Amino acid sequence: MTDAETHRAIDAVWRIESAKLIAGLARIVRDVGLAEDLAQDALVAALEQWPQSGIPRKPGAWLMATAKHRAIDRLRRNERLHRKNEELGRETETQQQIATADLDAAIDDEVGDDLLRLIFVACHPVLATEARIALTLRLLGGLTTEEIARAFLVPAPTVAQRIVRAKRTLAEACVPFEVPGAHERAARLSSVLEVIYLIFNEGYSATAGDDWIRPAICEDALRLGRILAELVPREPEVHGLVGLMEIQASRLRARVGPSGEPIVLLDQDRSRWDRLLISRGLAALQRAEKIGDRLGPYAVQGAIAACHARSPSGAETDWARITALYDALLQLAPSPIVELNRAVAIGMAFGPAAALELVDTLNSEPSLRAYHLLPSVRGDLLAKLGRMGRSAYRV
Amino acid sequence: MRFMVLVKANKDSEAGILPSKELFAEMGQFNEQMIKAGVMLAADGLQASSKGARINYSGEKRVVTDGPFTETKELIAGFWLIQVKSREEAIEWLKRAPFREGQVEIRQVFEASDFPADVIPPEHAAREEALREQLQRQAAKQ
Repeated sequence: MTDAETHRAIDAVWRIESAKLIAGLARIVRDVGLAEDLAQDALVAALEQWPQSGIPRKPGAWLMATAKHRAIDRLRRNERLHRKNEELGRETETQQQIATADLDAAIDDEVGDDLLRLIFVACHPVLATEARIALTLRLLGGLTTEEIARAFLVPAPTVAQRIVRAKRTLAEACVPFEVPGAHERAARLSSVLEVIYLIFNEGYSATAGDDWIRPAICEDALRLGRILAELVPREPEVHGLVGLMEIQASRLRARVGPSGEPIVLLDQDRSRWDRLLISRGLAALQRAEKIGDRLGPYAVQGAIAACHARSPSGAETDWARITALYDALLQLAPSPIVELNRAVAIGMAFGPAAALELVDTLNSEPSLRAYHLLPSVRGDLLAKLGRMGRSAYRV
Repeated sequence: MRFMVLVKANKDSEAGILPSKELFAEMGQFNEQMIKAGVMLAADGLQASSKGARINYSGEKRVVTDGPFTETKELIAGFWLIQVKSREEAIEWLKRAPFREGQVEIRQVFEASDFPADVIPPEHAAREEALREQLQRQAAKQ
């Protein structure tokens, strides 16, 4: 293997092992920032040694052992520097923990618990949304700072700074390395889901850059969602989100025309939709329905996406069911955009006149004033009503 | 990006002999790891080639040959479809598969962006047109 090949292989090992490594270390040192530094130290050691020694048979265990040694080294160095009693006490305790905590021996569930703690910490509400996104991709997704920067089209130093600040904020706020208790679990979980869906949407309808979609980011988000679904299989909204993302991702290749222009759902060539992702999405939604008493906002959006996915054409779509689902979504998560989408569904289900009335009331909604789809929806409805003259005048 | 991992057949798989209990359990664990990592999209094992058939094409002619087929090593006994960040990651995962012998082949799946734009447009444009007309007609009826 050439050095370049070894480096690519190390990247691959890192992608697979880093989250488990950081999570396991964070349990021992009780500090996510320090855990990440230690994991990075181990990565540097691998980059130095593996080109000569070859990649070890169990690279994850090697990285963990190396990181633990680094942890002990650091603590000894701190001890020489500070020689404070309390720190000595803490060091002994940590050393004992390091000695007993053997990741190889740890059963899968334990690793899973650590990963879950790590996700909750990375998406902690003390952090700004941008910081949550960067930290989640870095700690859970195994992305490098450069990869995150490329994904969000911001300079790498900006991302690096975001991550450093986020780690400092977590340390200053003394955020415990824990899965939140029952009283805050719902709110904290919804923060995690929001972060994953924001990442997905950055790929699904990119807000920056020349490309309308960037599928690689959708894949990162899907991977995070699928990991979370296995970590908390009893949470219906996690499956709802995964189902929604799988079905939306199934349309990615139909979503862009030959010259890179966006193609809206009703104009898409449905034969290009990815059947595998659709069936995965439907299965995830089924899981959500099976364990939840009532659907949450992601599961409802997933159910709407499923109506489209199941239908051979726009005309044959069950628009009445979609209207009902938008009614439900309005109850759960009211927004003018949901109302507009509901109006479109009503237009398809019950004719343009009923929809136009709704859209006209939305016309005065300040938050929709700059929304590019409102005039086009209105124009479309007017065209269907045969009032072309008026539509040209008003639109 | 996606990779299809093709598991090559062997004498046992061709004879319809199922893997040992141990290998089955290890394979289950391996699959679970890939599911928990959000990597595995699909996987299945294939029955012996004796239950399959081949179709040879030559112009308009179709010649069907029933299995089994003799060149065991070239046959496929199962597959995984995985979604990973790189070819190297696919390799790293499959190094962890619990096989003691035999071979797998890792092949990258085409993505939409791998096709030049002009492969798609004419047919696509026509379909789009037809769909629009259909919708218009539908709307007119309402």
